[in-house]
Amino acid sequence: MTRTAPPHRSGGDVRLEGISKTYGSFTAVHPLDLTVPAGSFFALLGASGCGKTTTLRMIAGLEDPTTGTVALSGQDVTALPPYKRQVNTVFQNYALFPHLDIHENVAFGLRRRGIKSVKKPVEEMLDLVQLGPMARRRPQQLSGGQQQRVAVARALINKPEVLLLDEPLGALDLKLRRQMQLELKRIQTEVGITFVHVTHDQEEAMTMADTVAVMNGGRVEQLGAPADLYENPASTFVANFLGTSNLIEAEVVTADGEELLLKAGDAALRLPARRCSAPARPGGKVLAGVRPEKVTLAHADDAGSLPGGRNLLPARIKDAGFIGVSTQYVVTVPGLGELAVYEQNIERDGRLIPGADVVLHWSPAHTFGLDAAQDIGAGADLDEEAA
Amino acid sequence: MAVRDTTAPPAARAPHRGLRWLRRHLVTLAGLATLGYLILPNVVVLVFSFNKPNGRFNYSWQRFSLDAWRDPCGVADLCGSLGLSLRIAVWATLGATVLGTMIAFALARYRFRARSSVNTLIFLPMAMPEVVMAASLATLFLNMGIQFGFWTILIAHIMFCLSFVVTAVKARVMSMDPRLEQAAQDLYASPVQTFLRVTLPIAAPGIASGALLSFALSFDDFIITNFNAGSTVTFPMFVWGSAQRGTPVQINVIGSAMFLIAVLCVVAGQLAGARRKRS
Repeated sequence: MTRTAPPHRSGGDVRLEGISKTYGSFTAVHPLDLTVPAGSFFALLGASGCGKTTTLRMIAGLEDPTTGTVALSGQDVTALPPYKRQVNTVFQNYALFPHLDIHENVAFGLRRRGIKSVKKPVEEMLDLVQLGPMARRRPQQLSGGQQQRVAVARALINKPEVLLLDEPLGALDLKLRRQMQLELKRIQTEVGITFVHVTHDQEEAMTMADTVAVMNGGRVEQLGAPADLYENPASTFVANFLGTSNLIEAEVVTADGEELLLKAGDAALRLPARRCSAPARPGGKVLAGVRPEKVTLAHADDAGSLPGGRNLLPARIKDAGFIGVSTQYVVTVPGLGELAVYEQNIERDGRLIPGADVVLHWSPAHTFGLDAAQDIGAGADLDEEAA
Repeated sequence: MAVRDTTAPPAARAPHRGLRWLRRHLVTLAGLATLGYLILPNVVVLVFSFNKPNGRFNYSWQRFSLDAWRDPCGVADLCGSLGLSLRIAVWATLGATVLGTMIAFALARYRFRARSSVNTLIFLPMAMPEVVMAASLATLFLNMGIQFGFWTILIAHIMFCLSFVVTAVKARVMSMDPRLEQAAQDLYASPVQTFLRVTLPIAAPGIASGALLSFALSFDDFIITNFNAGSTVTFPMFVWGSAQRGTPVQINVIGSAMFLIAVLCVVAGQLAGARRKRS
């Protein structure tokens, strides 16, 4: 490879080709192709049962794929048992050996590979995760966060080409989870190993990963950088699972040129043609989407003074929730239902209270278009469940 | 003030001092009483091992003597039967522990035909009256024309010890997180290494308790042994036989020695455990 080597050793890349897993008549993972570049922090994001953990376990070798191949650093490892793969896993609930102390837990991988002098590397690794003084304790004497760090140390000390993390922060409380997210990100940058991280927490995936693959029903729905996924969701599932989206059913009026002209209820909306992932013909249907924080509220009395060229929707405030940095409104748009609007609390307009008539407006550039044939609510409840 | 009330209750409500002492130490007293109930018979055995009885029965205290302790094998056939019992107990423990551990792993880990019936049948030796089992075993051996002796006793002992080992080990294996073995494999341990380094050490307490139970059960079994021994005499059978003609003091010596060895083992185990916890 021509890519310049980072100061430390670099990880390997992971290449999955046509990999799938079926249990009897149930398909956990549909045939999928996935490439994780060397040295990247890659997240598999999805609700429980979407196939993300199964995919991870197939990379580790703990699960045999029904079809397809797994390649690490260009070498086909599909037929290799887990103990012959240069891959280590941080398990959900850590799976630390209860009969060994912390030092021996961390030394386990080195000893199995016949390395005699384990004292120094183990001490260095425990220092890296700030657990030096705990070396002689048993796992059950440590707190959840400490156990998690032991699990990371036990995997990292083997200098694997790829580190797999299976919901490693799921058992921690929110504050500790935030702290460990930063910690893991720091370690990954420091050691340069490829990380594949499985999580159901969309915020966790977005803060930590360079690339996120959103999985649903055993398939990868969309893959990309976190910001790209958020701004340009390709399906209603991604739009709803990553944050919140307002999805409006609309009819295509004209579809020539740079911009599509849509009709939603009585309102006309404009949508950049390149941001519409669905085929658009005049008379066809699309879902016009916009993120709640991209929308601005203006009182109906000020409607005349709004700048031109923006998408406008008349509405009435149904509910307003003040949460400090922002106020979250639920508004009712006649004929279109309820939409969400998040307003930064910079200059609060005292007239914007429940019952007030308002105009929603946003830049057409912030609108995205999705195929109207999909379930408009896909992924919406899952997100709440996961949060 | 309310605060002061709780720290110093009014004298009128204070119970009698003796009652208060009793209330505070009731658990300790109950514990000591239970311990006394358990240990007293052993103490009697120990005390009478220093007796010098007049006549053949060691039932009333005469005078202190170390004769029996100086010559524990002084009674004909006693030490022979003791050696036989120990040998049978060791082999039965070994056989039952190995077989039982394997059965426990099979039952806990694998789904196979007749698994649930095996699960139930394994409890049968525990539930069935010993006499019934002894008699049926004897019938079986007799019909098959097998000579009664060491081997029939050993087979019988392994049989009834099995269920105890299976029960103890299975509980341990069932509660083991399967991810521990996966973690070991993930950390470059081959299946054999995984079993030796992770599975076995974690199952060890279950296996050890099963083995200890087997040893104790096999060593002092009388009923089943008596039916299947033929002319072979184990230690419990020797005690039973001699009790009809007279009880040599040496029996008390052997009994006390076994009791003291067991106590020593337990104390040593506790001390080792406490030291490990402290470090």
